[in-house]
Amino acid sequence: MPKTPIAQFQIDRLSILDPSGQIDEDLMPELSDSQLLQLYELLTYTRMADQRALDLQREGRLGTYPSSLGQEAAQVGSGFALQKNDWVFPNFRELGVFLCQNYPLELIYRYWTGDERGLQSPEGINIFPMCIAVGTHVLHAAGAALAAKYRGDDMVAAAFLGDGATSKGDFHEALNMAGVYQLPLVVICQNNQWAISVSRESQTASETLAQKAIAHGIRGIQVDGNDVLAVYAATREALERARSGDGPTFIECETYRMSDHTTADDARRYRDPQEVAKWQERDPLLRMRRFLEQQRLWSHGDQEQLELTLKERLSRVVKAAESTAPPSAEEMFRYTCHALSSRQQEQLKECLNGGP
Amino acid sequence: MAVLNLVQAINEGLRQALEEDERVLLLGEDIGKDGGVFRATDGLYEVFGEQRVLDTPLAESGIVGLAVGMAAYGLRPVAEIQFLGFLYSAVDQIFTHAARIRARSRGRYSCPLVVRTPYGGGVKAPELHEESSEALFCHMPGIKVVVPSTPSNAKGLLLAAIDDPDPVLYLEPTRLYRLLKEEVPDEPYRTPLGKARIARAGHQLTIIAWGSMLEVVLRAAKDYDAEIIDLMTLSPFDRETLLESARKTGRVLIVHEAAKTGGFGAELAATIAEEAIMSLRAPIRRVTGYDVVPPLPLLEDHNLPSTERIVAAIEDLLRY
Repeated sequence: MPKTPIAQFQIDRLSILDPSGQIDEDLMPELSDSQLLQLYELLTYTRMADQRALDLQREGRLGTYPSSLGQEAAQVGSGFALQKNDWVFPNFRELGVFLCQNYPLELIYRYWTGDERGLQSPEGINIFPMCIAVGTHVLHAAGAALAAKYRGDDMVAAAFLGDGATSKGDFHEALNMAGVYQLPLVVICQNNQWAISVSRESQTASETLAQKAIAHGIRGIQVDGNDVLAVYAATREALERARSGDGPTFIECETYRMSDHTTADDARRYRDPQEVAKWQERDPLLRMRRFLEQQRLWSHGDQEQLELTLKERLSRVVKAAESTAPPSAEEMFRYTCHALSSRQQEQLKECLNGGP
Repeated sequence: MAVLNLVQAINEGLRQALEEDERVLLLGEDIGKDGGVFRATDGLYEVFGEQRVLDTPLAESGIVGLAVGMAAYGLRPVAEIQFLGFLYSAVDQIFTHAARIRARSRGRYSCPLVVRTPYGGGVKAPELHEESSEALFCHMPGIKVVVPSTPSNAKGLLLAAIDDPDPVLYLEPTRLYRLLKEEVPDEPYRTPLGKARIARAGHQLTIIAWGSMLEVVLRAAKDYDAEIIDLMTLSPFDRETLLESARKTGRVLIVHEAAKTGGFGAELAATIAEEAIMSLRAPIRRVTGYDVVPPLPLLEDHNLPSTERIVAAIEDLLRY
């Protein structure tokens, strides 16, 4: 009896824009000049909004906050490819994705201040509350995708997660379900190399995260996650395939968490500063700016103007967030179930009266 | 009206829900071609097809998580988990997500799903096939816990659970699946959630039970003037009916097959003590399973509340 290979697999890595700002013309996705500028503006807005959140936290004006620094291209490149009717199932480090969907930044700041109302996605924006229990939300995206497929809706569900989440059972159950039912689902992983203090190498013995798709019979691809054009191209292709009934895709965006895990963490305890410095050279904003400047789409003056505009916008957002009255105690009860039980009614009365 | 057993009544309820509402989908392991390990979905795959009766991979968390997404998107999924003991791997999805989506999204999304699962002992089944851990789920705000006890209320409670805008855990007493038969109205009807039922009126004492224990209590108390309350919905439970009966009889016995410590009887006893103690003539008594790991068939009769233990507790209460 012979012993023969019966299956062979390959994982591709997509990279379009290099750190010097050069692009691979053959792989360049179709994007107008104004779209390219929009991408850069979103990258910059994400970084500045993130920095503003960190500043607010240091001043005691925001609670614990997970920074997106360094991951802007993975977030914006994927978020920008989504359509209005698509549904987004985010992890908690997804600022750029939210901003691409025009989710009000004011709500995000309020959520991280401890206001649940910050997770109430406005009508017309289909973003699920960001998932805190790592990786458990990929199943919800699969379920929504299954529901959309059943109804014949033109909708793709996009789930966002980190490298740590690929160790979770729910992640694998979701990818498996997506393969079995050929769901219109795109799962976008920001492999930022660190799940708090656990490095990518300690998280899994897999050579790539993208190959985790293979076991579930779905497509997997790795992209340079600091290359906004590659992330956009891979996401758009995956969305188009999902939309045309061609099934799910898992995208690994290889990027780096330049910040601490959250403001409550100190990454200096567990990682080498030289590694951080190495990734600094691959900054996702810098290479896009270089590309735009080489294309003569961007100048020093444009940069100054953009930063000024965004700074003013952020001031308005912070002002609006901080001038919102806190929620009433009644809100705790209102959304637990569609109606209050007789005990909850009594408890509400007790809560409002400050005693029984 | 047809004479149905409990599992047939559930089957009829599921069929009528599928007929009435295109948003209703069933999903679970072996529920399609095989009709479910207990045949609860028998014949539904043939009528409604694989789009509405989905055989899933063997992944309980996956089944419930998928249902959460389907429900949030606007469907009314009814998930079957083969045994309550296998739902433990999906507890994360129930506690972390199903119970909280309405609150976390401030009403933007909700989670109208039903998780059906056989539960309880007395069927001589293997390990983890006879759990009765209902109290765990009653402790989590945001989900409802429903336990039918007869073919008629099984159908009515199931249809009400499917209609409910919030997640419902629907626990089916395995021992009763084919034990009880009765006439069940043919048309679809709803038995309201959150309401208990006086299974038998009486004056000397109140006995509270649910699911499979109700049947045992009815037998045990046949020679006593006991008011027997079938709780039917454990969360939120019908305080008013319990308190009214406790005030009337002055004696309360609670019977459940789950372990005593932290069991749902503790919540009922505490509520009655808080709100009706001045009407009581006797301490509140509980007859329950012991605080032991649910035993295998050779030992399970030692653990499940028996008619003898219930009679002894009744006699004890009547001495006051």
